Amino acid sequence: MPEYTLRIRRFDPQSGEAAYWDEHRVELGERNSVLDAILKIRDDVDGSVGIRCSCQQAICGSCGVRMNGKPGLACNTHLQAAADRGHGAGWDPPEEGQYNSVITVEPMGNMPVIRDLIVDMDQVHWKKIQRVTPWLINKQPVPEREYIVPHENMVDVTQTMACIQCGACVSDCLSMEIDPLFIGPAALAKAYRFVGDPRDADHFERLKDLSEDEHGIYDCTHCFNCIDACPKDVAPMSQIMRLRRKAGSDHEIKDRNNGYRHEHAFVSNVRKNGLLHEADLLPDSYGGKFHPRAVPELLSSLPTAATAMVRGKMTLGKVLTHPHKASKAVKQIFDSIDGQEQRVELNLYVTGYEDEPEPDQNAGPADKSPTFPGPDEGPEAPSESEHR
Amino acid sequence: MKVAYWPGCVSRGFTPELHGSMAKIAPLLDIELIELDRAACCGAGVIAEHNQELADTLNARTFALAQQTDGEMMMNICSTCQGAQSECQERLDANAEYRESINRHLSDESLRYDKGLTNKNFLWLLVEEIGLDALKAKVKRPLTDLKVGPFYGCYIVRPVERLGVDEEHPRDLYLHMVIEALGGTVIDYAGVYKCCGFPIITMNKQASLGMAGRHLGDALDAEADCLVVPCPLCHLNLDLQQPAAAKVVGRELGMPVLHLPQLVGLALGLSPKELGMSKHVVRPTSVVDWSASVVAGTAA
Repeated sequence: MPEYTLRIRRFDPQSGEAAYWDEHRVELGERNSVLDAILKIRDDVDGSVGIRCSCQQAICGSCGVRMNGKPGLACNTHLQAAADRGHGAGWDPPEEGQYNSVITVEPMGNMPVIRDLIVDMDQVHWKKIQRVTPWLINKQPVPEREYIVPHENMVDVTQTMACIQCGACVSDCLSMEIDPLFIGPAALAKAYRFVGDPRDADHFERLKDLSEDEHGIYDCTHCFNCIDACPKDVAPMSQIMRLRRKAGSDHEIKDRNNGYRHEHAFVSNVRKNGLLHEADLLPDSYGGKFHPRAVPELLSSLPTAATAMVRGKMTLGKVLTHPHKASKAVKQIFDSIDGQEQRVELNLYVTGYEDEPEPDQNAGPADKSPTFPGPDEGPEAPSESEHR
Repeated sequence: MKVAYWPGCVSRGFTPELHGSMAKIAPLLDIELIELDRAACCGAGVIAEHNQELADTLNARTFALAQQTDGEMMMNICSTCQGAQSECQERLDANAEYRESINRHLSDESLRYDKGLTNKNFLWLLVEEIGLDALKAKVKRPLTDLKVGPFYGCYIVRPVERLGVDEEHPRDLYLHMVIEALGGTVIDYAGVYKCCGFPIITMNKQASLGMAGRHLGDALDAEADCLVVPCPLCHLNLDLQQPAAAKVVGRELGMPVLHLPQLVGLALGLSPKELGMSKHVVRPTSVVDWSASVVAGTAA
């Protein structure tokens, strides 16, 4: 049986002592889980190792930790798979023919540590979940009997419903690392659960709230960490993009964070130029060169622009005009697709990879689902956007 | 080898030195570039966020143009293009019906995307097609004693499945491997796989520059001489915006940031000036000093 070395980060904030690494060797199969190893250490060697766990079946979501630098559930991560992760091991590749058998186990990030591998989910994760009003606000009048929801609408939100609230995505969210007030991937994915549900009455209010909050949907930096972190393929970042799509395109919410303006400036910039003309994008993202909100921003960017000109990175000609113009064909693509009433969206979580010989096991209920267009309809009701 | 070459927008806009240095090193690596000059912006994830079908169509068009050339594969020099295009390609390749519907938008130009294009960032092509041994053999001026911090950013390493990062293709270690092959020293620091912050620069400037400043500071603390990036957007936040980022994090930075083709070009014997390093906002003094002393050493 292979032997693994677990380096567990130990810390008790009450003790006044600094955190330290505790090393234990365990003999277990490579397909035993990291949780198996931690529990074995706790049973056989040191009963004081703190870890939260319950079902050991990747359902309860309690055993989120970082293993060799990557977040996940200790109960559904095989020991060898954890050892093989390059990131946490750093740039110290094992010799040819050797393989890594050291696994560092740390508490999840972005949340305070209660003890050892146990983090305070209440302080961060659950607070943020509460922030997005995580319950259905019924459309009135509520039917007397069951509320029948079209199948495709429920399929649309199944991906966010797969969330088990383990906090792995929160742990490694790079926006939250720098801006702890960011609502974050788990809570925003939860928000899509209701924005995508036709029974909910508050789609517009929810989207307006999440767009206007300076730590809301436009604070996500597209880093994909949450997509890789999630043990249930919820792809929180994709849900955030869908919230943006609904807020910006369906409800045309012109938020104060420039999210709407940036997106629309980008799209019309490429429609016009074919290639992006950065010199126009910046002012347009703030509403145009002479928009009151653009002026201070542009003034503050002047030193940067001046240096870039001195270095020959930008030239005045390049700033004022763009040598490239979009061809008629490219413009035609923009006009015919962007002008369509119904947006086409292909969600591979729902449809699966039909051309693949063996569909991914986690790809969801592929056989029962529609192909496309997806259930992501256009504006729900024109009256909603009139609320503004 | 011959490749259909997609330089992207920023490498011909605010980071012209990237496109320029790629053009300089390509012949030295026996790469023939067939530039896709009719292709449009990949959308950088923003067009997809606005309308997925639109982004998929624009990129299917680029792929179709690439398939019309006699290049062995398509190559890009921008991680953001790689990430955005891989995302669109994943959908196009996964569903024949969807692919056909997208192809219908291209029929006016008699273009058509057929499933299964290979589209590699220059970093991947360097390691997987040219190979580290062949690269080593071409090194004229090894980066001896140059301490280089790899900065991968996001789009080229995540999500791992879509970007094909696996045991056989440890693409999340390729920058490390290239730095070593060129004779340099790899500096590990906290920011290696983090986000430069660029995507939110117009939405949350403080957070965006805070990210850039933190990673640059971490690299400085780890005593890196310079960083190397495979993405021109990372370069904008790490180099062009570095003075502003320094103000946000309240410390002096002065960390030179090189584009990957520039680092390769230095080792292949080109001068910093030829590689457009005078266009950087942060003067790559440490790198130029190093290259000057190495040249002097060789001459003596």
